[in-house]
Amino acid sequence: MNFNMENIKKDFPLLEERKITYLDNGATTQKPIQVIKAIEEFYKKYNANPHRGAYSLSVEATQLYEQIREKIAKFINAKHSEEIIFSKNATESLNLIAYSYGMNNLKKDDEIVISIMEHHSNLVPWQKVAKITESKLKYMYINDNYEIPDEEIENKITDKTKIVSITHVSNVLGTINNVKKIIKYAHKKGAKVIIDASQSIPHVKIDVQDLDADFLIFSGHKMLAPLGVGVLYGKKEILNNMTPFLMGGDMIEYVHEQETTYAPLPNKFEAGTQNVEAVIGLGAAIDYIENIGYNKIQQIEKEVIKYARQQLAKLDYLTLYMPSNEENHCGVISFNINGVHPHDVASILDTLGICIRSGNHCAQPLMRYLGIDSTCRASFYFYNTKEDVDNLVKGLDKAYNMFKKYITKG
Amino acid sequence: MEDLTDIYNEIIMEHSMNSYNKRKLENANYQEVGHNPNCGDEITLELKLNGDVIEDMAFSGHGCAISQASTSIMIDTLKGKKVDEAKKIIQIFIEMIKREIKDEEELKKLEEAIAFRNIANMPARVKCALLAWHTLEDMLEKNKDNGNGSINYCH
Repeated sequence: MNFNMENIKKDFPLLEERKITYLDNGATTQKPIQVIKAIEEFYKKYNANPHRGAYSLSVEATQLYEQIREKIAKFINAKHSEEIIFSKNATESLNLIAYSYGMNNLKKDDEIVISIMEHHSNLVPWQKVAKITESKLKYMYINDNYEIPDEEIENKITDKTKIVSITHVSNVLGTINNVKKIIKYAHKKGAKVIIDASQSIPHVKIDVQDLDADFLIFSGHKMLAPLGVGVLYGKKEILNNMTPFLMGGDMIEYVHEQETTYAPLPNKFEAGTQNVEAVIGLGAAIDYIENIGYNKIQQIEKEVIKYARQQLAKLDYLTLYMPSNEENHCGVISFNINGVHPHDVASILDTLGICIRSGNHCAQPLMRYLGIDSTCRASFYFYNTKEDVDNLVKGLDKAYNMFKKYITKG
Repeated sequence: MEDLTDIYNEIIMEHSMNSYNKRKLENANYQEVGHNPNCGDEITLELKLNGDVIEDMAFSGHGCAISQASTSIMIDTLKGKKVDEAKKIIQIFIEMIKREIKDEEELKKLEEAIAFRNIANMPARVKCALLAWHTLEDMLEKNKDNGNGSINYCH
């Protein structure tokens, strides 16, 4: 297949149809026709409830569903396919770990360490675990370069630390955390480590064995797959010792009037009918990504992000929130037009067909730490081009010019 | 999308960036915080009632141009009005935003707040325009039977 840029954009019907500059990929990516067709084909040819029927249609649906589990295991280099659990999104994956592992393994005075750049989904569940188990929630803070310094890792992760939960790439700053180093250090102290790969897996190859992550979670919809499917990876020996999170159909072995024994992995954690169409779509999304290849994806993205960093740095009315070293930066660029609220900027860009995110990005503690209320955020994927960056710059100039005379008065 | 100046018009821009209503009210007898958790906009309204007349009002807080201007213009419109009249004007504003009211005579009662009539063209921003008005609506509703002793009463 020839992946020149023109061909890539043509694979995305929405981008062709709407003629927009879509720069909100950190929220969700657009879907290629291959993913859309895979879902259609599932409903036309294979729809039945997996694991339920003895008839061949249900067996085929089961096989398709389980094949994608195997595909994901290979995709992130998990040792066993039953280490892959389907959830509805990254948030549910994190809640599963917090409730099933955190609540049952932490005790008074133990410590949970997260970073100040966590999304609320990797923060609020740990607050709850800390409150209920009377453990302590500690934060690793960032330096002026929006990175977590080594000494912060070494100061916060101690012998008392039982859980470290950290994002691989910040959804606000685009900072790439050195998770391999953090995992190694945390393991030395006897802690388990959870990696939120939601913002990294669309862009970089993940190898859970190389990282030695105890858990790693992500959403499908930020990597071309449909909304409504997430993944939880956990080491088999840890998952085996955890109690189920949701109870119901398909997660059981024997159910008596007062007692139940649970199914083995992975079904133990997949109660109820799953979002099978989204899982099928996730399989097609992985095929699409592997077809292009992470090397090519990174090559395209690095060029566009480098260009965006350069062009935005030229706008003297902007404040940028990103690491200075572009090697430590991935996917998203946050910025503010000084004196103008991000929602107004986003609305003005919207009138030009430019989609960016504005707000606190589900990271209120980070905003407070940075001393701001909100930012604008442009987030990129491999189908974005330098022309998209130029459109963004034009839009920002327009917004700034509209507000300029009022800002100087204030 | 219509012309941007339909929404970011002169009145709204002036009020949003340089509002004289953004200040501390020394002798306020009520205050209420309005918050829009999705976008983080937060305003604190302060109100000085004299009998059933809104003698003075002021605000503080942060948010987008739409929410800030809407708050400031609301204060201009409702200052000096009786509480019952203010409640009616709040309803007219809400109905205008929802495009449920077309009667130009009714809309005149909004005075400068009519500047927001096109905000429905930007559905994502409707909440921003309504924040202050809903906050004041709640404030007047909560305190209707209680001239001087509710939880929102400032000493």
